[in-house]
Amino acid sequence: MTRKGRRLALIAIAGVVLAASAGLVLSALNDTIVFFSGPTELVQTPPPPDKRLRLGGLVETGSVARSGASVRFEVTDGAHKIPVVFSGLLPDLFREGQGVIAEGRLGADGVFTADSVLAKHDETYMPKEVADTLKKQGTWKGGTN
Amino acid sequence: MIAEAGHYALVLALALALIQGTVPLWGARRGDPVLMGVAGGTALGQLLFIGLAFAALTTAYVASDFSLLNVVENSHSAKPLIYKITGVWGNHEGSMLLWVLILALFGATVAAFGVNLPMRLRADVLAVQGWVGTAFLLYLLAASNPFTRLDPAPLEGRDLNPLLQDIGLAVHPPLLYLGYVGFSIAFAFAVAALIEGRIDAAWARWVRPWTLAAWLFLTLGIAMGSYWAYYELGWGGFWFWDPVENASLMPWLAGTALLHSALVMEKREALKVWTVLLAILAFSLSLLGTFLVRSGVLTSVHSFAVDPARGLFILVILAVFIGGSLALFALRAGSLRQGGLFAPVSREGALVLNNLLLTTATATVFVGTLYPLALEALTGGKISVGAPYFNATFGPLALALLVAVPFGPLLAWKRGDLYWAAQRLWVAAGLALAGGAVALYLDGVTSVLAPFCVAVAAFVIIGSFAELAERTRLFRAPLGETLRRLAGLPRSTWGAAFAHCGLGLALLGITAATAWNAERIELLRPGQSFAVAGMDLVLTETGVRDGPNYQDFVARFAVREGGVRTATVESAKRVFAVRQMTTTEAGLVTFGLSQLYVSLGEIGNDGSVAVRAEWKPLVLLIWIGPLVMAFGGALSLADRRLRVGAPRPARRRLQPAE
Repeated sequence: MTRKGRRLALIAIAGVVLAASAGLVLSALNDTIVFFSGPTELVQTPPPPDKRLRLGGLVETGSVARSGASVRFEVTDGAHKIPVVFSGLLPDLFREGQGVIAEGRLGADGVFTADSVLAKHDETYMPKEVADTLKKQGTWKGGTN
Repeated sequence: MIAEAGHYALVLALALALIQGTVPLWGARRGDPVLMGVAGGTALGQLLFIGLAFAALTTAYVASDFSLLNVVENSHSAKPLIYKITGVWGNHEGSMLLWVLILALFGATVAAFGVNLPMRLRADVLAVQGWVGTAFLLYLLAASNPFTRLDPAPLEGRDLNPLLQDIGLAVHPPLLYLGYVGFSIAFAFAVAALIEGRIDAAWARWVRPWTLAAWLFLTLGIAMGSYWAYYELGWGGFWFWDPVENASLMPWLAGTALLHSALVMEKREALKVWTVLLAILAFSLSLLGTFLVRSGVLTSVHSFAVDPARGLFILVILAVFIGGSLALFALRAGSLRQGGLFAPVSREGALVLNNLLLTTATATVFVGTLYPLALEALTGGKISVGAPYFNATFGPLALALLVAVPFGPLLAWKRGDLYWAAQRLWVAAGLALAGGAVALYLDGVTSVLAPFCVAVAAFVIIGSFAELAERTRLFRAPLGETLRRLAGLPRSTWGAAFAHCGLGLALLGITAATAWNAERIELLRPGQSFAVAGMDLVLTETGVRDGPNYQDFVARFAVREGGVRTATVESAKRVFAVRQMTTTEAGLVTFGLSQLYVSLGEIGNDGSVAVRAEWKPLVLLIWIGPLVMAFGGALSLADRRLRVGAPRPARRRLQPAE
C-alpha cells in the first residue's frame, strides 16, 4: 500500500469507529435520559406511562410504612403529594421531612414505583434538584445554598 | 503558631514555584546552565515547604486545635487517631493541600532522578510543573486556606463526615491523587516538547515510566474507591456511573491510551503528534475531574463545600491550562516531524485501534457526564444520565477493545499477519467459547449478553498469555528450553500480559456479580431466617455496642448451608452522635471469590430489622482484576529499559523477533 493508501485506510477505520460511537451516543441519549420533576409538575402534566423519571421533594412526615420487602412513602412539595412504592432498603440519610429523589415510573393509578431512592449525603447537602423545586414552590427553609 | 508557620511555608512554596516557572525557562532559551539549574533546587524546596505546611495541618488535627476553622469543621476530640490523621485530607482545603503536596513530590522526583535528562528538557519540564504548582498554590492561599483561624475557638469540633471515617480514606484519596497529579509530568513533558518544537523516541522513553507510575496509582485508587463504596454505602454496588466516578475514569482511559501510544513512539517514532495530544488530554481530564469534584458543581459525598468563588477559580485554572496547552499544540504540532510508516495490520495498527477505541470511550463518558451540566446551564432543564446510557455507549466500545486486546501483542511491528495471530489464539478462543457455553448452560439461556461477556473475559484472560507461550515455544520445545526462555523475557512483556489479564478478570467479576446477583429483602426478628442463593440466613441476635464516637446497632447472623452452620456475620447501623448521622456497616462473608453481602435497613419499634442479603458471585474479581493490572504495571516499571531516568540501555541487547 502506498503512504497515501495507508493513511486513507486509517482515516476510514477511524471514521467508522467515530460514526458508530456517535450513533451509539445519540441513540442512548434519546432512550436513557431521565427527566426530573416535582409532585406539582407530575400532577399538572402527567408523563406518558412507562416513562422513567426522577421525582424529587420532601418525604411527607408520618407517611413511611414498610411491609415486608417494600416500603411506601409520600413525596411532597407542599402543594401536591405523590405516593411512592419502593422495594429495597432506604438510604441511611432518608428521613421524614427531608429531601429525597426517587427514580422510577409513575403508574396509571398515580402511584410512583421507584427502583432507586437517593437521600441527601450529609447535614448540609440536599439534592440540588430538590432545593430548586422547594425554592420554586416557596417552601425553602434552608440557608444560602 | 504552628498554623501560621504552615501558612507561611505555603507562601514560600508559592514564591519558589514562581521562580521555578520562569527562571529555568529563560535559562533554557539563553542556554544558560546556571539559570536552568535553578529548577532542581526550587522543585526540592517546594516539596520541603509544602511538606512543612502539611505537617503543620496534621499536627493541628492530631492535637485537636479547635482554633483552626478547618479542624473545627472536620474533626472531634473523640475521633480515633487514624481518622484525625486521614481527616486532614477529608475536607476541601486539606485535600487541595494534599494535591499540591503530591504535585511537589512528583516535581522533586523529576528533579532528583532526572539528572540524565537533557538539561534544556529538564528545565522546561520543571518550569511547566512550576506553573501548575503556582496556580494551585495561589488557589489554596487565596480561596481555600486550610490555616484560617477562628476566634473565639470552640471547645469541640463538628466531627468528620461519618461516611469518611473509614480506613478507605487513608488509602483512596492519596492513591487517586498520585494518579491524577502523576499525569502532570506527562503533561509537562508534552508542553516542554512543544516549546522546544522537537520530540523523539528518547522523549517517549522518559515519559513512559512516569505515565506508567501515574496509571498504576490511578488504577489502584479507582479500584480502592469502588471497593470502599461497595462496603460502606450499603447498596452493594461497585460502580454507579456517578459523575465523580466518571471524573476519575476519564483520565484513566486517556492515560491508558497514552501508555500505548507512547510505546509506538518509543519503538517506531510514529504517532508523535497524537502522543503529545494525549499527554495534554490525560492531564486536562485530571484537572476537569478536580474541577467537577471540588467546585461544588456536583453534589456528592466528594464535594465538601459549595462556594461559587472556588468553582470559578478552578474553572479559570482549567481554562488557562487546557486552553493554553491546546493553543500551543495547535501552533507547534505542525513542526513535529512524523516518523515511521506502518501497515494497517501491524502492532502499530493495533495500538492505533486501541487508542481510537479508548479515546472514543472517553468521549462517550465525557458526553454523559457533562451533558446534564451543560443542559442545565443553558436551558435550566434537569435531566440525569445514568447507567443505561453508559451501558449502551461505553459497553460496546469496551467489549470491542477487549476482543482486540489478545491480538495486539501477537502482531509484528510494521507489518503483521492477522491470520498468524489468530492461529496463536485458537486455544484461548476455544476455551473462551467453552466458558461462554458453560455460562449459557448455568444461566438457563435467559440472556446472551452475560455468557458473551464471560467468553470475552476468558478470551482476554487466556489470550493475554499467548505472546508468552509463543515466545517461549510452549509445548513445541522441551520444557527446559521453555523455562529458560521464560526467565529471559523482558519484564515489560510479563507486565503487559498481567495488565491485560487483569482486564479480563475484572470483566468476569463485573459480569458475574451483575448478571447472577441474587438479592432478598425481608423484615426479620431474632430467631427468624430466610433463604438466599441456597443458603439460610438466621438472625441470631441484635444489640447495641458503643464505639469511640459512635454507637452501633448490631445484628448477628448465622449462615447455614444444608442445615450446617458455615459462617457467622455481623452487620450494623452506626449512629454518629455529633452529626446525628447514620452509616451502614455491611457484613461480608467471603466464599472463595464470591461474597454474601448483608446490610440492615430500618429498625422497627417491634424489634424487627429490615435485612437485605445479596449473593454476589465472583465479586472479588472486580477488584482483583485492577490489582493484577497494577502488578503488571509495576513489573513493567521494574524493567531495566524503563527504569525511571534510565537514559539508554547499558548495552544493546539483541531483541527477539516480535
